[in-house]
Amino acid sequence: MDILVQQLINGLVLGSVYALIALGYTMVYGILELINFAHGEITMIGAMIAVATIGALSGGALPIPVILFTGLVAAMAGCMALGYVIERIAYRPLRHAPRLAPLITAIGVSIVLQNIAMLIWGRQYIAFPPVLPQGWHTLLGARITDLQVAILVTALVLMLVLDLLVHRTRLGRAMRATAQSIPLAGLMGINGNRIISITFLIGSALAAISGFMVSAYYGLAHYYMGFLLGLKAFSAAVLGGIGNIRGAMLGGLLLGIIESLGAGYIGTLTHGVIGSNYQDVFAFFVLITVLILRPSGLLGAPATDRA
Amino acid sequence: MSELLRFSGVSRHFGGVQALSEVSLSISRGELYGLIGPNGAGKTTLFNVLTGLIPPSSGEILFDGQPVHGLPPHRILERGIARTFQNIRLFPGLTALENVMIGRHARTHAGLLGAILRNRRTRNEEAAIRARAAQLLEHVGIARHAQALAGNLSYGDQRRLEIARALASDPRLLALDEPAAGMNPAERDSLARLIRQLRDEFQLTVLIIEHDVRLMMALCDRMAVLDFGEKITEDVPDRVRVHPRVIRAYLGGGEA
Amino acid sequence: MRRRQRSAWIAGTLLAIGLACLPLLLQIGLGRSWVRIADLALLYTLLALGLNIVVGYAGLLDLGYIAFYAVGAYVYALLDSPQFGLHWPLWAVLPLGAASAALFGVLLGAPTLRLRGDYLAIVTLGFGEIIRIFLNNLNAPVNITNGPQGISLIDPLHFGTISLAAPHRLAGLTLSPPLQYYYLFLACVLVVVFIALRLQDSRIGRAWAAIREDELAAAASGIPVRNVKLLAFAMGATFGGLAGGLFAGFQGFISPESFNLMESVMVLCMIVLGGMGHVPGVILGAVLLTVLPEALRMLGDWQLNHLGRVVADPDDLRMLLFGLALIAMMLFRPAGMLPSPRHRREWRKDARP
Repeated sequence: MDILVQQLINGLVLGSVYALIALGYTMVYGILELINFAHGEITMIGAMIAVATIGALSGGALPIPVILFTGLVAAMAGCMALGYVIERIAYRPLRHAPRLAPLITAIGVSIVLQNIAMLIWGRQYIAFPPVLPQGWHTLLGARITDLQVAILVTALVLMLVLDLLVHRTRLGRAMRATAQSIPLAGLMGINGNRIISITFLIGSALAAISGFMVSAYYGLAHYYMGFLLGLKAFSAAVLGGIGNIRGAMLGGLLLGIIESLGAGYIGTLTHGVIGSNYQDVFAFFVLITVLILRPSGLLGAPATDRA
Repeated sequence: MSELLRFSGVSRHFGGVQALSEVSLSISRGELYGLIGPNGAGKTTLFNVLTGLIPPSSGEILFDGQPVHGLPPHRILERGIARTFQNIRLFPGLTALENVMIGRHARTHAGLLGAILRNRRTRNEEAAIRARAAQLLEHVGIARHAQALAGNLSYGDQRRLEIARALASDPRLLALDEPAAGMNPAERDSLARLIRQLRDEFQLTVLIIEHDVRLMMALCDRMAVLDFGEKITEDVPDRVRVHPRVIRAYLGGGEA
Repeated sequence: MRRRQRSAWIAGTLLAIGLACLPLLLQIGLGRSWVRIADLALLYTLLALGLNIVVGYAGLLDLGYIAFYAVGAYVYALLDSPQFGLHWPLWAVLPLGAASAALFGVLLGAPTLRLRGDYLAIVTLGFGEIIRIFLNNLNAPVNITNGPQGISLIDPLHFGTISLAAPHRLAGLTLSPPLQYYYLFLACVLVVVFIALRLQDSRIGRAWAAIREDELAAAASGIPVRNVKLLAFAMGATFGGLAGGLFAGFQGFISPESFNLMESVMVLCMIVLGGMGHVPGVILGAVLLTVLPEALRMLGDWQLNHLGRVVADPDDLRMLLFGLALIAMMLFRPAGMLPSPRHRREWRKDARP
């Protein structure tokens, strides 16, 4: 029983991070129908900036919360600038190009970001400075650390805020209108380019926060970490129904839980024939099964093609 | 005249919405049969059910005495039912000629090996496909655009191209979904002439959805009126025109 | 007409002579390692031509294509290595690898038939990763794939007792192994190009194009969408499997890491960059993207010569430049370097999103 609870907690924490990254994919997709392949790398850059900043400051006299906060702000600023520039340079000129062209520039961008990170920070894993709280609590026989609580609460609050932003504010209405049709929104006086830029800024900020969380959670950052993270988050977005914001949240949380439970139980279930090294198979397998049963994801609008 | 197509008690619902309820129709060989009704009456749903894009929730569709409901679209086309779409669906990046050649798929056979070896039989078949497609473009009056990309054709020519593509499958029943939409009166008249001419030349039975009631009254031998997924009546135009429920449901809006 | 035919013949002959002499020139001009790079370029050309059938012809965005390369490679490796002590002849192993890949293509394609666009992309990506992870873990409880260590000591490509890994003398010329591989791969590429071109201009090719343009209209025009899609998956996978078998015999060693997602992405880049659906473009893309990273290796020497020392690790720099080149090429030629004449027209006339 306590193993179940433990895996659920771990899965929920991991899933909330996936969800934050997935939001970046899904918002961009919702408006541009573009798989922003570089989004995972933006997350990685966020992690790197955070770790580097915190590492640089942690020797000094500043109190730890200030250090952490500075690291977070630096990561967010860096990622938002990056996201903005990427959209302007690599995506905007191709908005009316053949469909796969921006996908290729996105791949190019992610290769570039990876290699820049490698040039700056090297090939080795970078440890997260030991400044984090180490406390933990017992919950239903399982252990939940302060860090896990912090990640989970922050992620849930951010999701709530984003949901309110999209569904309750003028900006959100403009975003939804732009997602319906950029030219039509333009007729209503909505500046599509501005909305797209804002979308990238928000997505990149969320990516930075997730990057910070992941590196804090695992205690590591690495130039290659964005790839698998991005892949999982994109899967989560698709699982929930890409383009759908609540879908991305649901998909992220589900994927985290599935992965965690899968890793925890698959060994016992198959008597050790299939071990936790099949964890990633498990995630993809669920994704594929869901999509085959519901081709537009869990919360995606069914693609009824009206003839 | 013998019966070619029969709908008996065909229903289709989407969730709670009843798009078609218990519709029964009978269309005879060689008829020009109209389907009218207000927006959302279920006309296009009826076409989609007929051509296999959507399976019916219940009911039977008999074509030439054989059940066709529940078959996949390409099987239904093989049986001899071809259609056009309300919001034109061509292959925009292919030439007009290629569009029509694709319509010939169901009546030709060359497979993988034929394609690779390009033996005499395949070559002959290809030549026949090409000739037939060119001939059909000629028939609908757009032969001069054979090498133009379908997406670059004018609206009216796209409609004609879609008809040519449908004809390429040697259909016995041609189902046209609002073929005159977006055309001016002169284009409409020429389209009506084309439809009659095609019926006579290819011995077709034609099922047409159209909003232009005047055009339909002039063109059709018989017609059915749908409203809220139900068939109100099925009769010759002169009697449909004066049918009280039709006037109330559809023509009452000022068009009569 | 006859004149055009004659000039086509002349161009073809010149091209054949050029392709035959190319590796000799490379060997003399740039060194033997470049012949190996030419070999790899040919293997990638095979892959790109295969993926082009799925993505370029039929419009099915497949991000797990490398899995079929892996299937072909592992079939060869398992049947021609000390792993199981088997040493099957080439004529049996290569077709078997291609056929197994085709079978996988159908098996993995079947559940995805209802999916569209990007959903298809992520599912194929998932399948690709699943196959790789299985290859990585199928060393226990029964050791089949030898896990992450991969399979080594794979028999080189051989015809009977003639191994392509040993030099041979022919008409006074010594043919080094890379040269021999080159000619074998070139022959395979020519066969595949021939098949790809014939398929494109056929009833099947038109059916693929119809599905790519509008799936629903294709179904309503009598195209059996399901079978035609599966055929595209199977054909693409066949070429991938063939390339995989050749790769295993050429390399002598394979491991699951040779078949990661980035490889699928690379092959996709090749066809998009070259010009999707257009065989000459696809070949150009494959050659360009194989050669470019290798050419950028020379950056290290350049730094030594001009700056006196290696300022930045050429290995890091070359991928960076490669990424930048991808972006730049797409920005300047969004329809690809060598798009089909038709796409060029379409692109000029109306730029649909």
